[in-house]
Amino acid sequence: MDSMTIIAVVSIITAGLTIALGSIGPALGEGRAVSTALTSLAQQPDASATITRTLFVGLAMIESIAIYCFVVSMILIFANPFWNHVIVGAAKVAGK
Amino acid sequence: MRLSPDQLVFWQHGFFKLNGTIVLTWGLMLVLAVGSKLITRKLSTDLKRSRWQNLLEIVVTGIEKQISDVGLKHPEKYIGFLGTLFLFVALAALCTVIPGYEPPTGSLSTTAALALCVFVAVPLFGIEEQGFWGYLASYTKPTIIMLPFNIISELSRTLALAVRLFGNMMSGAMIIAILLTITPFIFPIVMTLLGLLTGMVQAYIFSILAAVYIAAATRSRKPKPALAIKT
Repeated sequence: MDSMTIIAVVSIITAGLTIALGSIGPALGEGRAVSTALTSLAQQPDASATITRTLFVGLAMIESIAIYCFVVSMILIFANPFWNHVIVGAAKVAGK
Repeated sequence: MRLSPDQLVFWQHGFFKLNGTIVLTWGLMLVLAVGSKLITRKLSTDLKRSRWQNLLEIVVTGIEKQISDVGLKHPEKYIGFLGTLFLFVALAALCTVIPGYEPPTGSLSTTAALALCVFVAVPLFGIEEQGFWGYLASYTKPTIIMLPFNIISELSRTLALAVRLFGNMMSGAMIIAILLTITPFIFPIVMTLLGLLTGMVQAYIFSILAAVYIAAATRSRKPKPALAIKT
């Protein structure tokens, strides 16, 4: 396998693994956060505005981790600098 | 496949480019400014008022209540900045119902610009409230060892604001684009609704996080005489 093929194969596999593994942690964390929020809502329903707002802010923080993994995998697929580099090199070789 | 409206270029002259992001942002600014001007031309304080004025009053009082719930004592000082952040991001997400529209917040340039505005605004409000040396001293609380960590946390939460909004908006637009090539009938509409929901939640999150950062920068750290019970 030449370097172009290796770069392509590794990028594709890494992109899939990044988003797959990167969503496990945030999903578990968000589940725990919502379940604790529901428990405290059941115990103190009159604080529901504060609890709901804090829950949403906390969920956004947890979600950011999954978003970072998603952005990395998008970069690997669509804006991959190594792939662009070897494509430019291959075009130069073909043009000669 | 287009990653963001940045790649849709309308006009180019050397270095200056007029791409889709800029034109869509101008369109949103026009809608917000002209719409507000038209609605607030004849404000009335009695019970008989136009429904648009009612709508704007609901929106403004809602944002004011949220800002004061976060802990900022005088919401009228901050509602200009925070309200505009919320309205811009929410309108950018809401206009996805228009066919052929891509949200300008799906481009990292727009979200980085908004995050930089928050990054600049937090010290400005903090200095206005606590004075220059008072604000700088707050970086050394609780101990002087925390100074580098406080600075790093300032930078990283600005980056997180930008990437969070960009990731959410871009993923929504991209999923709809991919689904349109696979199942062009009902499923893309469902995903558009989900994109609307996440867009509004992300607009709320962005402005509430900005409010929380400003509240953290402006709260005075004098020791309280008694424990204040918050109702």
